[in-house]
Amino acid sequence: MRYSHTLRDRTYTFDGLVELLAKATPNRSGDRLAGCAAESDAERVAARWALADVPLTTFLTDPVVPPEDDNITRLIWDTHDGDAFAPVRHHTVGELRDWLLDTAAGPDAATRLSALAPGLTPEMVAAVSKLMRNQDLVSVAAATSVTTAFRTTLGLPGRLATRLQPNHPADDPAGVAGAVLDGLLLGAGDAVIGVNPASDNPRTVRDLLHLLDDIRTRYEIPVQSSVLTHVTTTIDLIGQGAPVDLPFQSIAGTQRANDGFGVTPAMLAEANDAARGLGRGSVGDNVLYFETGQGAALSADGHRGTGGRPVDQQTLEARAYGLARVFDPLIVNTVVGFIGPEYLYDGKQIVRAGLEDHFCGKLLGLPMGVDVCYTTHAEADQDDMDTLLLLLTAAGCTFVITVPGADDVMLGYQSTSFHDVLTTRRITGTRPAPEFETWLAGLGMLDGAGRVRAVDPAESPLRELTAKAGA
Amino acid sequence: MSTFWDPLRQRTPARIGLDRAGDAARTRHVLESAEALALARDAVHGSLDVDRLGGELRALGLGEPVHVPSAAPDRATYLSRPDLGRRPADVPELAPADLTLVVADGLSAEATARHAAGVLAALLPELPGALTVGPPVIATQARVALADHVGAAQGARLGLVVIGERPGLSAHDSLGAYLTWAPAPGTADSARNCVSNIRRPHGLGHADAARTLARLIAGARRIEATGVQLKDTSGLLTDE
Repeated sequence: MRYSHTLRDRTYTFDGLVELLAKATPNRSGDRLAGCAAESDAERVAARWALADVPLTTFLTDPVVPPEDDNITRLIWDTHDGDAFAPVRHHTVGELRDWLLDTAAGPDAATRLSALAPGLTPEMVAAVSKLMRNQDLVSVAAATSVTTAFRTTLGLPGRLATRLQPNHPADDPAGVAGAVLDGLLLGAGDAVIGVNPASDNPRTVRDLLHLLDDIRTRYEIPVQSSVLTHVTTTIDLIGQGAPVDLPFQSIAGTQRANDGFGVTPAMLAEANDAARGLGRGSVGDNVLYFETGQGAALSADGHRGTGGRPVDQQTLEARAYGLARVFDPLIVNTVVGFIGPEYLYDGKQIVRAGLEDHFCGKLLGLPMGVDVCYTTHAEADQDDMDTLLLLLTAAGCTFVITVPGADDVMLGYQSTSFHDVLTTRRITGTRPAPEFETWLAGLGMLDGAGRVRAVDPAESPLRELTAKAGA
Repeated sequence: MSTFWDPLRQRTPARIGLDRAGDAARTRHVLESAEALALARDAVHGSLDVDRLGGELRALGLGEPVHVPSAAPDRATYLSRPDLGRRPADVPELAPADLTLVVADGLSAEATARHAAGVLAALLPELPGALTVGPPVIATQARVALADHVGAAQGARLGLVVIGERPGLSAHDSLGAYLTWAPAPGTADSARNCVSNIRRPHGLGHADAARTLARLIAGARRIEATGVQLKDTSGLLTDE
């Protein structure tokens, strides 16, 4: 199918849905690198005019990645719910944008948007996002509600949770424990306390799992922990009796890219079953933790679709959410600026991509978080992170990543700090997850307004937290 | 001011225990982070003084250094198009050699300017006399794989690239060294060996880096391969 649109006296043509989606995408370096970006602003807006007229049913018959080559496409099509799709079945992409904004501004928005989620495919959601301004992405995401639970309940209105990320370049237990203490004293960790280990050695992973679980049980903290290693390592460790709350895995939007990560849907199902079987959750049994990010498929040379054409990175990112939602994960986050300027060049592109990913994930029914982050070689700094963090909080983001001083000393990039979230919670009136908030209050860590008090750590009930780790 | 965090800071370089101003971090902490980012960003965007480095490399006695720019014409293109940084604008004509030597700016020209000549000066005496080494190639706006083109043009058995690593907040002048057997365009990164974090005083020193590279070169010649099959058995690579 060819698409075309005439702007003034020039007609732009697009050879199929893959090219149309790519050309309609807001400018970003990764699509230029892949060779699929619009060549001018005029071509980009022409593509958007043409995309606005595409019927949503086209996405059910015209694959972006051929199903015969790709298990993610098959999974997306097999799990599509035709009844849920009914309210928008006769709409075009442009009409879907209007429907979403009407619904978001109307009564029962959260209920109606949740009911629609199984009826939308990732490609439909990616397509409509390309017609939406940042404000639209915030507006609709803010009206969408996705709630999950394990030991805390995440995604409730008016809440902003955090992953406490206490990484250490050599996995030193006292160093990790010190960062955990720092985060807890600043009210972080209610989404997960999650370590990226420097080593993939299963023994190191197991030691870190025990370190985090010992802290949790000793202080009776209602949190879940995760050590972010390959899902097969975690499955083995579950078999050996290690205290696993949330198996983790990075995933992407094509079979080929997931092959590059060494991961299949069957492995994810096995991890989901194994962790649920442990029955370690107290208020819910969502157990998986996924990470994604625009550019992952291109970096794994798994970004091609129908006709061998490069698919734009934002559409591929939404397809990763199509895989994630099959497993009812506790949390999903997009590491939006982590991958570098060849995919998202500057603060503007990172902010846009963060809002797109959050919107697409949430609209597809996922508990969506964002690692608000950048690398030293991107044209970005902490001001851009402040902007994105505030926008995402307005959009009802489930959780964000927090590290001491916003500086991840193991992975070598900058995210947001515990202090940043304290500030954002106060500005926006958002609060931690309720179970965790109750725990903070029980230890006397909150003031009368429910805010985290500044305390002398030496006087804190947590002051001995690092002792067992050897500090 | 509390000394509570002092012992923990001995165990982690993480920015723990930052004092608060309201909910935010205090001014000195914010300026410390801004300073680290500024140094890193200046290193990313700095350019290599090719003439000065050329003088230092000439002193190695390997012949007149050759400057090879990549296909990326400027820093902005280099940062957004890694594919262009991986190939030379023009492949130079070079006499055949067993070992191709490429000194590249990478993501930190400052690291290259500080450490490249020192590491190579320490390395050359460690190499076997039978190994012919090509004239030093100075590659700018370059990534590691650019050296595959140079090595192939020289018919080299081995390619050695020393290159500035991506600056972080804790180090902005760290050099990496990559060794590739039978370099040719299209070589996978998994077929290389890397010695990273070469810097002083907190990283791997020039002499230690040179000894590790000499052992890797000897090992690569013995098994005629680099990559996962080739391990440094001295422990230096894994214990750093």
